[in-house]
Amino acid sequence: MFVPRSLADALQTLADVPGSMPLAGGTDLMVEVNAGHRRPADIVALDRIDELRGWSIGADTVTIGAGCTYRQLLQSDLAAELPALAEASRTVGSPQIRQTGTLGGNLGTCSPAGDTLPVLSALDATVHVASITGNRALSVHEFMVGVKRTALQPGELITAIEIRRRDGWQGYAKVGVRNAMVISVAGACLATDRAARTVGIALGSVATTAIRCAAAEEWLAPQLDWSSPIGDELAREFGRRVAGEARPIDDHRATAEYRSHAVGILAGRLLQRAFAS
Amino acid sequence: MTIEGIPMNEAYALRVNGSEVPITDAWIGESLLYVLRERVGLTGTKGACEQGECGSCSVLVDGELVCACLVLAASAVEKDIVTVEGISPDGTPTDVQQAFVECGAVQCGFCTPGLIVATHALLEQTPTPTELQVREALSGNICRCTGYGRILDAVAKVAVSRRSVEA
Repeated sequence: MFVPRSLADALQTLADVPGSMPLAGGTDLMVEVNAGHRRPADIVALDRIDELRGWSIGADTVTIGAGCTYRQLLQSDLAAELPALAEASRTVGSPQIRQTGTLGGNLGTCSPAGDTLPVLSALDATVHVASITGNRALSVHEFMVGVKRTALQPGELITAIEIRRRDGWQGYAKVGVRNAMVISVAGACLATDRAARTVGIALGSVATTAIRCAAAEEWLAPQLDWSSPIGDELAREFGRRVAGEARPIDDHRATAEYRSHAVGILAGRLLQRAFAS
Repeated sequence: MTIEGIPMNEAYALRVNGSEVPITDAWIGESLLYVLRERVGLTGTKGACEQGECGSCSVLVDGELVCACLVLAASAVEKDIVTVEGISPDGTPTDVQQAFVECGAVQCGFCTPGLIVATHALLEQTPTPTELQVREALSGNICRCTGYGRILDAVAKVAVSRRSVEA
């Protein structure tokens, strides 16, 4: 068990101790350990590393330390800057989970149902990672590789997530079997950028990773005049096109057919909300 | 020392309800829930789902509400851990515990310790919660008996009585 106080110490330990596993909030890792699915040889706890825990709002971007908890993402200055990230964070688990679970952990686990991942995708976030050999930055789209698979190399840690600031509406919507304490059956984030005149839409729980719906975005762009509300027919057609890009599966939580239907409805709803006023 | 091929060589100390408790010959992967119940002998904290879904194992770590099943015990060194046994400093029922009894918020009792800890945490941070705030704050604590109505009544009762004490 290692409890490093600095990022440099944590990276050195991960490099020196083969098989050691980084522990952020533990809300994913401990489930697997408790169930006997994982038996860590050794653990590097990341919760005492100040460099991973803060956030800063710069002139052009917001940078969030990988160790920021869902609860921190709900704090008012961050929530004002990144409202969809706050909305997604508020739907994660329970107060107990939001207290410990982290943004970096959500990315590191890379579950298709990770609630913050469609938000990071819709906002084209940049993921900063570090190892003893150096730092690199990847787009979140490159970072997410597959079901619980990321582009992280052994010895690398996620250090921060950087998101470009923008003027526009953003929101997250999710379907689950109840209002709290539920893993997403379908999720969607829509974010507009008034200056660039673009709309990003990303989905969760309907593919191997969170996905962007590039074709639906491209179809939508010329339909928008950026001043009028969105009519029902346009919202429905947008939803149909978004649903067409989903690649869901049947599992114990829902059928693929239901998931496609649900993301279409969520996308249409988010689009109407985005241009409601 | 080894149990079924698992190295049992961790030694550390936890600060539980104000006392330093040495933990020896432990496995690195043990949860705080397991250590509290099986090594420290504090069985008020209940274990059920072991995946953070039910809230029966809710404890305070550095004053914040967490699921003990999702905390790696060895990572909780140097932190203040408070279990339901430590909620009342002198062993008499707290106002929250008393209200749960008076309102009939306890039936089988399995979820009760977690709910008591969660209610203390809520009222510490939000002394006069709205019903929605109570529902959100307790949404991670599942009760299969009461239907929650009497639990909400008990929380409201404590909030009101604490206000009248202050006034």
